[in-house]
Amino acid sequence: MNLPMLWIIPALPLAAVALNLLFGDRLGKRGTAFLACGAVGLAFAAAVRAVLTLAARSEEERQIVETAWTWFRVGDFSVDVSFLLDPLSAIMVLVVTGVGFLIHVYSTGYMAEDPSFRRFFLYLNLFMFAMLTLVLADNYLLMFVGWEGVGLCSYLLIGFWYEKQSATDAGKKAFIVNRIGDFGFLLGVMFLIAWTGSVNYERVFASAPHLFTAGGTIITLATLLMFVGATGKSAQIPLYVWLPDAMEGPTPVSALIHAATMVTAGVYMVVRSHVLFEMAPVTLEVIAIVGAATALMAATIGLVQNDIKRVLAYSTVSQLGYMFFACGVGAFGAGIFHVMTHAFFKALLFLGAGSVIYGMHHEQDMRKMGGLAGKMPVTHATMLIATIAIAGIPPFAGFWSKDEILAKAFATGHYGIFAAGLLGAVMTAFYMFRLYVLTFQGKPRFDENGGHAHAHAADAHGAHMTHDAHGHGAHDDHGHDHGHGGPVKESPWNMTVPLSVLAVLSVVGGWIGIGKPFIEGESWMGRWLEPVLGSGPHVHHLAVSTEFGLMGLSVAVAAFGIFMAFRAYLQSPSIATAMHERFGGLHRTLYHKYWVDEFYGAVAVNPVYQASMRLWRFWDEKVVDGIVNGVGYFLEGVSALLRLFQTGYVGTYALFITLGVLALFLHFLRS
Amino acid sequence: MAQLPWLSLLVFFPLAAAILVAIMPANAHKPIRWWATIAALAEFVFSLPLWWRVIPGQAGFQFEEKLDWIPVLGAQYHLGVDGVSGLLALLTTFTTLIAILGAWTSVEKRSREFFALVLALEAGMLGTFFCLDLLLFYVFWEAMLIPMYLLIGVWGGQRRVYAAVKFFLYTMAGSVLMLVAILSLWFLQKQYSGVPTFDLQAFYQLPLAPSRQLWMFLAFAFAFAIKVPMFPLHTWLPDAHVEAPTAGSVILAAVLLKMGTYGFLRFAMPLFPNALVVCAPYIAWLAIIGIVYGALVAMVQPDLKKLVAYSSVSHMGFAMLGLMAMNAQGFAGSMMTMLNHGVSTGALFLLVGVIYERRHTRKIADFGGLWKVVPVYSVIFLVVMLSSVGLPGTNGFIGEFLVLLGAFKHSVPWAAVAATGVILSACYMLWMFQRVVFGPVTHEENRKLTDLSFRERLVFAPLLLLIFWMGVAPQPFLDRMQPTLDRVLQMTNDRAQMMTASDAAATAPLASRLQAAPAVNAAPAEQGGAR
Repeated sequence: MNLPMLWIIPALPLAAVALNLLFGDRLGKRGTAFLACGAVGLAFAAAVRAVLTLAARSEEERQIVETAWTWFRVGDFSVDVSFLLDPLSAIMVLVVTGVGFLIHVYSTGYMAEDPSFRRFFLYLNLFMFAMLTLVLADNYLLMFVGWEGVGLCSYLLIGFWYEKQSATDAGKKAFIVNRIGDFGFLLGVMFLIAWTGSVNYERVFASAPHLFTAGGTIITLATLLMFVGATGKSAQIPLYVWLPDAMEGPTPVSALIHAATMVTAGVYMVVRSHVLFEMAPVTLEVIAIVGAATALMAATIGLVQNDIKRVLAYSTVSQLGYMFFACGVGAFGAGIFHVMTHAFFKALLFLGAGSVIYGMHHEQDMRKMGGLAGKMPVTHATMLIATIAIAGIPPFAGFWSKDEILAKAFATGHYGIFAAGLLGAVMTAFYMFRLYVLTFQGKPRFDENGGHAHAHAADAHGAHMTHDAHGHGAHDDHGHDHGHGGPVKESPWNMTVPLSVLAVLSVVGGWIGIGKPFIEGESWMGRWLEPVLGSGPHVHHLAVSTEFGLMGLSVAVAAFGIFMAFRAYLQSPSIATAMHERFGGLHRTLYHKYWVDEFYGAVAVNPVYQASMRLWRFWDEKVVDGIVNGVGYFLEGVSALLRLFQTGYVGTYALFITLGVLALFLHFLRS
Repeated sequence: MAQLPWLSLLVFFPLAAAILVAIMPANAHKPIRWWATIAALAEFVFSLPLWWRVIPGQAGFQFEEKLDWIPVLGAQYHLGVDGVSGLLALLTTFTTLIAILGAWTSVEKRSREFFALVLALEAGMLGTFFCLDLLLFYVFWEAMLIPMYLLIGVWGGQRRVYAAVKFFLYTMAGSVLMLVAILSLWFLQKQYSGVPTFDLQAFYQLPLAPSRQLWMFLAFAFAFAIKVPMFPLHTWLPDAHVEAPTAGSVILAAVLLKMGTYGFLRFAMPLFPNALVVCAPYIAWLAIIGIVYGALVAMVQPDLKKLVAYSSVSHMGFAMLGLMAMNAQGFAGSMMTMLNHGVSTGALFLLVGVIYERRHTRKIADFGGLWKVVPVYSVIFLVVMLSSVGLPGTNGFIGEFLVLLGAFKHSVPWAAVAATGVILSACYMLWMFQRVVFGPVTHEENRKLTDLSFRERLVFAPLLLLIFWMGVAPQPFLDRMQPTLDRVLQMTNDRAQMMTASDAAATAPLASRLQAAPAVNAAPAEQGGAR
């Protein structure tokens, strides 16, 4: 049988990078766009073909391994550059290439006027290469190549407008925080190597049950360290701080990297390693708690942010929290399901936000928007769909995955986690519809004939305008003269078509996960993943009535959140104002993101800098060099004496050497 | 080629070239640099067979040459090459060529003497790597010092004399002790076999009471630790680097520092294995402190060259840690780190040299916004910076990962603390890069910077190639070094056991330590079963 080639999938975008580097200056914008989109489109086609081949096989044989070459081999340890397609990586590779392609197309419109158009697509293609390597790798070390590779691209793309201090700061922060996670991940992998002798998934998972005691210290430590890596890449407590700042990058980047694909890598890694994590109940408990805490905390911050991209960023952190606590309660399949649906609706939300920002001539403050529904019909309609999807209203995609996560948490007896998830769901519905209402509904709070937006709008948070002046101005400022003029109008086709496709996916994307109580047995998604994940945790299944009850509950809380958002921000804004005056302290705390960045700065960044300075100035220059120079001066003094007998320095040295050697030699011979 | 004294030709051809360059007319700048480059290129091409003629599967020395030198003392002119010295020699000829090509326009005064000294230095370095006679080694080791001393002292910056003397004194202090230990070895050898000799392979057979080994090991280790340089003996390095001309810095970083780690691998470790077992934990912790310390201090440097110099302290800490792990991964990682550091740090110094030549400043604060002005330069800088940070896919990762893996197998705390270097390297490099390359152009002078010339691109192209080659497919390199490394490892362990057995009574506590050490190594394997 003619096997599909897996390596071609990451190789296509890499080839585009090479071509762009070599001939990009001769291609022009059109050529560059064609090259970049074409490569990713072809990668998508190759991925579809490979996945179809995989699906045609019987369940036990759904695994394609392809070894390219031996990366390195030292002693008894060897790593291959080798790719694996199985049902799990199949989902990831389709999402990455599919959503990636749409975002590439969108970017040709969004970035059309940027002078660094070519560099943008070069980075974007490089990102696709790294991300595909990450999901297609068949061992932890090759995964790590992709893992750090996407981190690099993220760094470059966040700091894409490199002349802007805040952008390069954010890029650097992302890379360094991720490196802290990678430090944990590397050590975790080393535990695996030391015990199993391999980094290959299949070999590690096959031997792990024999080598580790379930629940033992070693496996717990190893999985915890790996999870540290996941908290870095997937923005969980305590390493989530880089993701909100990452919004300094161009908006398509936020959609692709910081919402749909890269940030889910941590979830993917945990799901991929579920065999190991299942052996470490303590780790799972930690993951569940961290995930739930992150979901809640990020949602509370999202409630009060005014920058449209910041709201979405915190929403992403929060949704990633859901994915993790799904893994924590053992529902790995539900976690991946949410990765997929989230990729659709969150990419759509970011692209929609990008379309708004584009239409508003690079305005990101929601207090200066409003009433855009009629002016940007496609953006409005698609964005509304995504908002409903994330809020968790059936039959939209987000409902199915979020409900499954909550149901699994409930079924496994994690009632606290379940409650946190439910509370998070209310807030999600609320802040997402707050975003929707402030952006698209109500009266426009900007000058409709162009010109600059009104600063003092009929807005609940007007009082806090001053805070925005410093620190929160994550404005998508290109530096090119897109102008602040012209009326607000709908974006061009290459932006609206991707929006529409994603909107369709945000509606129907969740249907493959519909299981009980609507159909008999497992959902299609569950059955597809079964060869990788097994039949899931052995929990007593919930009664049909309970299932419906939980669904009703989650729809009810979502509806409540939506209702409150409409009431507080559309019908009677006085409620929001009153609330925020009443709870001023709380509002400030949330608005300033619990002062976590400031805290890290005070306890980590600054002390390290000060200590380093002291090490250099004191230890190196005073202590060590003090001794060295002291010896030098001493010798100088001695040689001044010796100069009476000896002329010239060289001779002095020679004499010293000879005398010294002789003395030591004699001493040794005697002993 | 086996008939020709190939290694001798490799050592003395640059010296002959140096003499020829030295007698050219002093003001003939262009012919001088052309001839120096051609000589370095010829030497590099001539050394290339080291890559394929030195048989990868063979562990021992090849292409040996032996002549009597001082018969009374048993000193011989004895050269040979194996996987380790072969790769380091290739690094030497490559680096010298790159350094000379990079120095074409930067040396304005006394270019004749400058290029002659660089070539003479090359001869000294190659001799040090090839020689198998300890007295000869000492001669080459010291001979190497003089051209470097002059390069710093004559073509250096403002504090060049201080830096040169500091470099000289530091190294001398170490090597004098080493000489004493060499003489003692000679004496013991004569006592043992009745034949006076400085032959390294004879010394490899020499049983040494563990009680005697300690001070000799320390004497060697002190000399090598200064060269590496290991914390806290590193303070000569920042001064030497800052003051040295670019070519000097490149060679100093790429090759001279490797003399230290090479010395451990070739001499100190296999000759005095029992002392090594006693000292290894201390040396390893010093190496780990070096990794962290170098990175932290690099972070606060306002001077680009000083930053790179301190990053060298950090990277060479990795190389030392790998050696102290005493296992296959640690050794291979250490050796890869040596090569990587040669390529990446050499490239970093060249990059600093490029902007120094244009702006005559190395202060980070004097730059900013270079991407806009010199994009090609900036992209190359980016790649080199990432390789120095150890991004997977570049050379830096392979070395760091293997060292950490080797260290991890020996002791988890070693690896855990050393791995923080992975975070810290990103901190200082990215911050530096941000301040130099990103941002708006803040100094008007920088607006007129010219991007890399054709010659400069020619310098960086092979470096970039190596960065990716060694990162993506490092196996050809590993295949060449591994048999030799295995042999050193084997020999060190065998000698340790032999001498413990022969001296069991006198060194009972040491013996128990030796037996404890392999047990620690084997712990994961016992629990792990299949590897």
